[in-house]
Amino acid sequence: MTRQQDFTRAVLDARLPVPEGLVDGSNQPAGRRFSVYRNNVAVSLTEALHKGFPVIARLLGQENMDGIAGLFLRAHPPRSPLMMHYGAEFPAFLRDLAQLSHLGYLPDVAQLELALRRSYHAADTSLIDPQMLDTRAPEALMASRFRFAPAVALLQSPWPIHSIWRYNSVDGAPKPDARAEDVLITRPDYDPVPHLLPPGGATWIAALMAGETLAQATETASRMQPDFDLSAPLALLIEGAALIDLSQ
Amino acid sequence: MSTTKKTLAIASAVAAALTAAATTQAAAQAKEKCYGVSEAGQNDCAAGPGTTCAGTSTVDYQGNAWTLVDAGTCTEIDVPDMADGSARSGSLEPLDRDLPA
Amino acid sequence: MFDTPDRSALPARPGVGYKPQHYQAIMADAGCVQWLEIHAENYMGDGGRPLAQLRHLAERFAISVHGVGLSIGGAEALDPDHLARLKHLVGWLNPASFSEHLAWSTHDSHFYNDLLPLPYTNATLTRVCDHIDQVQQVLARPMLLENPSSYLAFAESTWDEPAFLQEIARRTGCGLLLDVNNVFVSATNLGYRPQAYIDAYPLDLVGEIHLGGHDEDEDEHGAPLLIDSHGAEVVDPVWALLDYTLARSGARPTLVEWDTDVPDWPVLEAEAARAAAALARISPEAPAQLSAQLSAQGQARTE
Repeated sequence: MTRQQDFTRAVLDARLPVPEGLVDGSNQPAGRRFSVYRNNVAVSLTEALHKGFPVIARLLGQENMDGIAGLFLRAHPPRSPLMMHYGAEFPAFLRDLAQLSHLGYLPDVAQLELALRRSYHAADTSLIDPQMLDTRAPEALMASRFRFAPAVALLQSPWPIHSIWRYNSVDGAPKPDARAEDVLITRPDYDPVPHLLPPGGATWIAALMAGETLAQATETASRMQPDFDLSAPLALLIEGAALIDLSQ
Repeated sequence: MSTTKKTLAIASAVAAALTAAATTQAAAQAKEKCYGVSEAGQNDCAAGPGTTCAGTSTVDYQGNAWTLVDAGTCTEIDVPDMADGSARSGSLEPLDRDLPA
Repeated sequence: MFDTPDRSALPARPGVGYKPQHYQAIMADAGCVQWLEIHAENYMGDGGRPLAQLRHLAERFAISVHGVGLSIGGAEALDPDHLARLKHLVGWLNPASFSEHLAWSTHDSHFYNDLLPLPYTNATLTRVCDHIDQVQQVLARPMLLENPSSYLAFAESTWDEPAFLQEIARRTGCGLLLDVNNVFVSATNLGYRPQAYIDAYPLDLVGEIHLGGHDEDEDEHGAPLLIDSHGAEVVDPVWALLDYTLARSGARPTLVEWDTDVPDWPVLEAEAARAAAALARISPEAPAQLSAQLSAQGQARTE
């Protein structure tokens, strides 16, 4: 085993002995001094998870979050030096942890937090002038396809993820009701915002994202939700600077 | 609905969306909506706190030895309840996503 | 001589480590702070507020890019993706300086988010020099290399740290970033006099000085163990060590780092003001020049 291999294993597992050949200033075995590195790694990654998943941390409480972070960081140390991307495997990790199986919504809420962080760092784009929609002839409008800003994300969940997120992020937000919720994340300037979508809205946006024309996507959404009205989700897309191109 | 009628319905919905967007945009821009996202995932070169905490715990990192304590706001949320009112407290199954909202 | 802002080089004046929560305060009135240092990795996203803020700051301040994730002391090849991201950032920003650490943080494709220590051996020397050569070639500019905070030493080390850094600089042409708090922390932890370290250190190669706060702990024998936490004010003995250093090096760009429990701007600015006072105390007879090597690099960079 190489020196650095040996070092990283002992850093992540305090049951392993301190690597040989590490000494203090008097050439005595380094002993507990090695714990500084054990702590630096574990504490910094634990804090990164607390800050990256503040709603999960609130849902679980500090002690549980610390425990789960300790498990996660050892199973999934970062694969990139960019801490902004740390935790991509966290939703799946929460899903597979038996102790959390009664909190079925956790993975989807974690996915929402991850999507907010990705949106925050997504590339800047120039949005279309909404008046392009107004001036286009109805038939041309029907045949139009939309391109979405990289900061836009769509999440569909069987759980009330938006309400759970709000309950833990916004003062005075009501307790979540048991229902399925779909969320659209937009970033109108630099701050990502999660919006609750009306029924059919996620199907419609997903169809548009997949390249369907406005007419096709509306048809798709109407099949699922007969009284589907595109005006509310489209207003969210326009307000959220979500559309960057309109093509035939 | 005929194709023409559909086209007109969509066109008028688009117009409604434009009106709605124009009125809410100004209000939305004034708000600072950060939710801590900017705090997440910062790199720095600071060292952690000493020798006696998270890094030196010798718990079983396989996961099965970790115990959930009753804490956090998840204890206040009862979403496993079915929307039709039949309690499913503690149930593991997610809700059917076609439930009426 | 610094009345006209020259953002192509770090002025020999106080700077601070930039924290996003200070953006408004800095843009309104940066006080005595003349330049800013950013952590490279926080500006390697695709867009959004971090990059927008950085563009605005770079219009007003000289910027130092300080990497924390390149793992220059890593046993494996440098991560080509990370190097490419760094090249992109340094390319568009054209900062006054780029620096990294004598440390490693990546092994077997995993990043440990800490600056891990190295044995000072000929094998390490060769590897670190190869990596620095590669970085300087990719970035087409010289870099500065920072001395670490040490909590332990390696029995197999055959070099002392100042000589090791001097030899790296000689072989690669890189400059040095001298963190005097790290010197104080390492000297306390490993039981030598910090002034002796400064006396042995090639001060003419120093392109930048760092200061920061540390925590106090102890090892199992009751010996003091200082932790480089960057979470408090710089302590008086470190300010004294800065004076000792500046009296021998002459004025240098001097930065205060504060990364955890970050205070409001006035507290950080007050720390920078202490650095400004230390710089103002330097006697006119102090050797003000950089080595010929560093001066030549400075010229090459601005051309």
